Parts: sequence; structure tokens; C-alpha cells
Amino acid sequence: MSTSDEQAAAPRPALPELLIGIGLLACAGAVLWQTLAIPVSPLYSKVGPTVFPYMTAVGLAVLAVLLVIAAVRGGWQPDDEKDTPSDWKSMGFVIAGLIANLALIKPLGFTAASVIMFVLVCYGFGSKKPLRDALIGIIPALAAYFGFAKALGVNIGAGFIENQLNSAIAIITNWFGA
Amino acid sequence: MDTLNQLAHGFSVAFTPTNLLWCLLGTTLGTAIGVLPGLGPALTIALLLPITYQVAPEASFILFAGIYYGAMYGGSTTSILLNTPGESATIVTALEGNKMARSGRGGAALATSAIGSFVAGTIGTAGVAFLAPVVVGFALAFGPAEYFSLMVLAFIMVSAVLGSSSVRGLTSLFIGFFIGMIGVDLQTGQPRFTFGMSELLDGVDVIIAAVGLFAVGETLYVASRRYAGKDEIVPLKGSLYMTAAEWGRSWKAWIRGALIGFPIGSMPAGGAEIPTFLSYAIEKKLSKHKEEFGTTGAIEGVAGPEAANNASAAGVLVPMLTLGLPTSATAAIMLSAFQSYGINPGPLLLTTQSSLVWGLIASLFIANVILVILNLPLIGLWVRLLKIPAPQLYAGILVFATVGTYGISQSPIDLVILYLLGGVGFLMRRFDFPTAPVIIGMILGPMAETQFRRAMTISNGDWSVFYTHPLSLTLLSLAVIGLLAPRIYSSIERRRVRGPEHVPGDA
Repeated sequence: MSTSDEQAAAPRPALPELLIGIGLLACAGAVLWQTLAIPVSPLYSKVGPTVFPYMTAVGLAVLAVLLVIAAVRGGWQPDDEKDTPSDWKSMGFVIAGLIANLALIKPLGFTAASVIMFVLVCYGFGSKKPLRDALIGIIPALAAYFGFAKALGVNIGAGFIENQLNSAIAIITNWFGA
Repeated sequence: MDTLNQLAHGFSVAFTPTNLLWCLLGTTLGTAIGVLPGLGPALTIALLLPITYQVAPEASFILFAGIYYGAMYGGSTTSILLNTPGESATIVTALEGNKMARSGRGGAALATSAIGSFVAGTIGTAGVAFLAPVVVGFALAFGPAEYFSLMVLAFIMVSAVLGSSSVRGLTSLFIGFFIGMIGVDLQTGQPRFTFGMSELLDGVDVIIAAVGLFAVGETLYVASRRYAGKDEIVPLKGSLYMTAAEWGRSWKAWIRGALIGFPIGSMPAGGAEIPTFLSYAIEKKLSKHKEEFGTTGAIEGVAGPEAANNASAAGVLVPMLTLGLPTSATAAIMLSAFQSYGINPGPLLLTTQSSLVWGLIASLFIANVILVILNLPLIGLWVRLLKIPAPQLYAGILVFATVGTYGISQSPIDLVILYLLGGVGFLMRRFDFPTAPVIIGMILGPMAETQFRRAMTISNGDWSVFYTHPLSLTLLSLAVIGLLAPRIYSSIERRRVRGPEHVPGDA
């Protein structure tokens, strides 16, 4: 239920939570700055496009201040969450996989980029057999590609693998159709 | 008996072979994603939103509703056998259900939760059919000011009253408002929050937001928590059939759970936490087997909350179909599917789209029957899904996440936004901010803004419309009470108890 955020036994300021609060305050500032940049026609001066953005900016700022206060009073995270160290290496590989996907999706096509991401993410999660993962990764990648491209009619960037498979499918369907 | 006629017409829509197939597909997919940790109905429906360009509205809503109901059934299987509640709605099921599985009564726990879900889902769906026309009667009297006040009430309830902290819940909601406002303002044509990028003129797609928060954010979080304890799958032992004594202990709990869950779910507040916890507390109090609670696992403690969960899930459809008011992330995404068809959910939906609405309600009855069959005799199949190892599971989720996002416009910019939102989702998950209010704020925020500006235009810029209309004033007062009452109550409580004791439920 919604009650206070302060914990009775933790008077020490919590740094991560403080950073979250300050970050949010910066976001509120950015919202305000972008709101000021919205050109307002005098025709709509009463309830123009800036009323809600201003409310959002003010709301975010107030909430950010409340979060900063909560952080200074010791933060809101339970102890067992604080005590679990973050696995940066594991996260790093997941992020590397995401970035590889972003960089390779245009030049290599969806399937190849996905398989590379799949292998990196698996490795990040502790799988030690990259070759096997690459073979497994082809299945969801192709399932996703054909599922979306054919069933949902979504046009996804085709690369070498997709073109080969599409022409193979065309040959087979022609074969049966003839 | 107009409702029964309409429902009969709905069944004639739902019983066409193609619609039955969509229902079967939805329920199967829903059960699968409910069983798999890391995937939920909101994410799945978001990824499938492009289907709205391909098929008739009836078909896609029958599919989505099947996924929505199926995920509830599947989620309880995971809670019972793995003790990792996939969603907050099944936390309570895990309490007793996992204990029952550990003491060799997993079969009975699965059976009571599946049959209880069926009973409560059927009661809840009947509730939707009979309550929806009543709510429409009220809603027709609503003007823009009342709608805006109702949305304010829903915002406060969803983000501040439910959940562990009102400040963090409201923060999530306001982040959602911000994301929802990005793009061209539809009334004046002014671009807002585009940071000078033409790609942002169309706004941030709800698919990207849902996938970023629920798939990318969740994967990053799970990767960062690899040092935390790992849960073991409890092997399924014992027969799936309940003994006469277990039936006797279950059925009252199902009915009670359904009667608690449906009204709470259908209020403009939603949320499955309160009804499930409430049902658990009541069952514990009424049980003749109190010694089993928390030790070997009590079957009432599974039956009641599971029923409450499914009935409240059905209840959430009432405000969505009659007022266009989504109170959960899944409902918000379903609402954006309506928008994608150019349909505006609201009081007129039941008359203008009657075969869609009644076909959907009828298909929910059918979905319940399919689901109880899928989840009892075929349970072994779903248990096998739990054995998919985490690395390949999460890597696979990311593959589907990128295909869903990249497919929208084949623009790498969409992937950049996806990853940024994934980072936000990770921080929110890490620092205990609820993510559902972001999606609700993003979808409902612009709608609230439209109603607000409409009301202000009608009143010629006079703010008093919101508090001189009695109905609007009542709704706003309820929102203020919802926001302040728990604080006042807890400060009185604290003064009386005078101890470091936590208020119950203050997690």
C-alpha cells in the first residue's frame, strides 16, 4: 500500500537512489526546456499545446524532489536488493549483443544480426558453447523473420540468408505448383 | 433480456471456424507466454499489434483476449512449480502453491488453480456481459470534464494507491505522459518534444515502449542479477485429480475469490494485487486447516487468490470496453489496437460495434473452456517449457523484441529508442519503480489531454468546469481521497502504535 518511503533503521543517504532523483530532476528540466521551445499560436492561447507539458514538467520536478528527500533519508531499496552485487560482465555482453544487432542489421540482414546477438546474449547469461548457441539461434531468428514477414506482413530488412531462403521457397512452391 | 440476445449473437460471431481458430491460437500462445518467465501478455500483444493491419477487428481481439486470459492460467503454473511469480498477480499463488508442490501435492494445486480460474473466469465474463450495458447507461451522461476527472481518478488509483510507493508510481506515470506527448500535437499541429528529430514527429510507438520496458529492460535486469539465488523446478508429483475433501475445500474459495476479484477489477482502478491478497487473507481466516498455511501449503490459499486474479482480469475489461479506460498495461495496449482500427472505445462502442464487443465476450467464455482443457490434461507439455534454459530463453526474447521493433519502419532509430527505453526499464526495475503506469500514462495521457482541452474549450477557458459539475467534483474528490487517505491513515496508525513496525502490505 502507499505509505511513506523512509525506512526507520537506515539514516545514511543512499547514493544510487540520490542519483536517480537528481537524474529525474534533470529530465524535468529537459521537459521544461522543450516545452518552452514549442511555438504557441495566439489563437490557442487559452488551452494550447503547452498546458499539459507544463503540468508534466512541474509534476516530474516535484516527484524528483520527493525522491531526492527519500534518498537522503536512506533510500527505499530493501537490504537484500542492495546486497546483491550487479553482474556487470553479464550485462556488458547483453549490451554488446544489442549494439552488434543495431550495427549489423542493415549490412547483414535481420537473421545474421540476430544470430550474432543471440550468441552474445547467451554468453552473457553464462552459456559456454557459442557454436551450439549459434545453431540454436537460427531457429528463433528465422521463426521471427518468417512469422513477422509472412504472417503479419511486416517488411523486415532482408539480407543474404533471407534472400537465399526466399528464392529456395519460391523454387519449391513453383515445383509443387507446376 | 436484451443482454442474452446480444450474447447469443456474440456466440454466433465467435463460433465461426476462423474465429474459433484465433481463440485456440490465442489461448495456446497465452498459456505459453504465461508459463515462460520474462514474457507477459502486455509484451506479447504489443509485438502482435501489426496483425491489426491484416485481419478483421473481431479476429484480432479474439486473439488478444485469448492471450490475456491464457497468460493468467499459464502464470499460475510457473508460480506453483518454480516459485517465480511471473507477474504481481500470481505472487499470492506462489505462497501456498509452491509449498503444496514441495510437499508432493503439486497436481492438486495445479488442478485447483486451473478449475478455479475457469469458474472465476466464467463468473467474471458473465459479469462483464451484464455490467457493461449498465455502465454504458451511466457513461452516456459524461461530458469532457467528467471524462477528464475520471481519468485523473484512474491515474491516481493505478499509480499511487496500488503498488508499493505513490511517489515512484506517479513518477512512472509522468514519464509515460512525457513519452505519450512526443510527436505532433493533433489539435494544433505543433511538434512537441521531438528534439529536432523528424523520426520523432510520429511519436513513440507503443510497441517500442512496451518492448523496451518489458523485454529489453527485463533482460538487462535478469542479466545483472545473476548472483541472486536460482529457483529449482519442483517435479510434478501426485495425480492431477483432487480428492473429494480437496474439492470441498476449493469450491467455496473459488466463488469467494471471484466475488472479491470481479468488482475490484471492474473499478476504474484495476490491479490484481489487492483482490488476490484480500482473498488470501480471507481464506486464511476462514480455513479449518490454518496449520497448513505457510507450512505444507493450503489448497484454499491457492484456490481463492487464483479465482480472484482471473475474475479481476475479466473485470478490467468493463472500464476498457465501456469507458475506453484501460487500468492495466495489457488493457492499454489493447486500447491502442482499437485506435489502430479507428475505433474509439467508449459508451458508444456497445451499439456501434456490437458484434465486435459481444463476439469478444462470447469468445472469452469459449477461451475459458479451451484453457481448462489446455491446462489440465496437457499440463506436462507446459512443464517442459519451463526447462528452456535462461540464456537461450532471454536471447530468444531479444530476437523477437528486435524483429517487432525493426519491423515497424525498418529504421535503426527505432532500435536506438528501443534500447534507450530498455535502459530506462532496467533502472526502473532495479530501483523498484512500477513499469505498467508508464504504458498507461503513455496511452491514456494524450486522451486525458484531449478531454481536458475539449472541456476548457467548451467552458471558454474557465477552470471551474472541473469542480462545478457535481459528477466531475465527486470523481476528483475520490482521487484526492485516494491519494491522501492512506497517508493520513498511516500517520494516525503510527502515532497510535508508536513503533518501527511496518504497516501491513508496505513492502
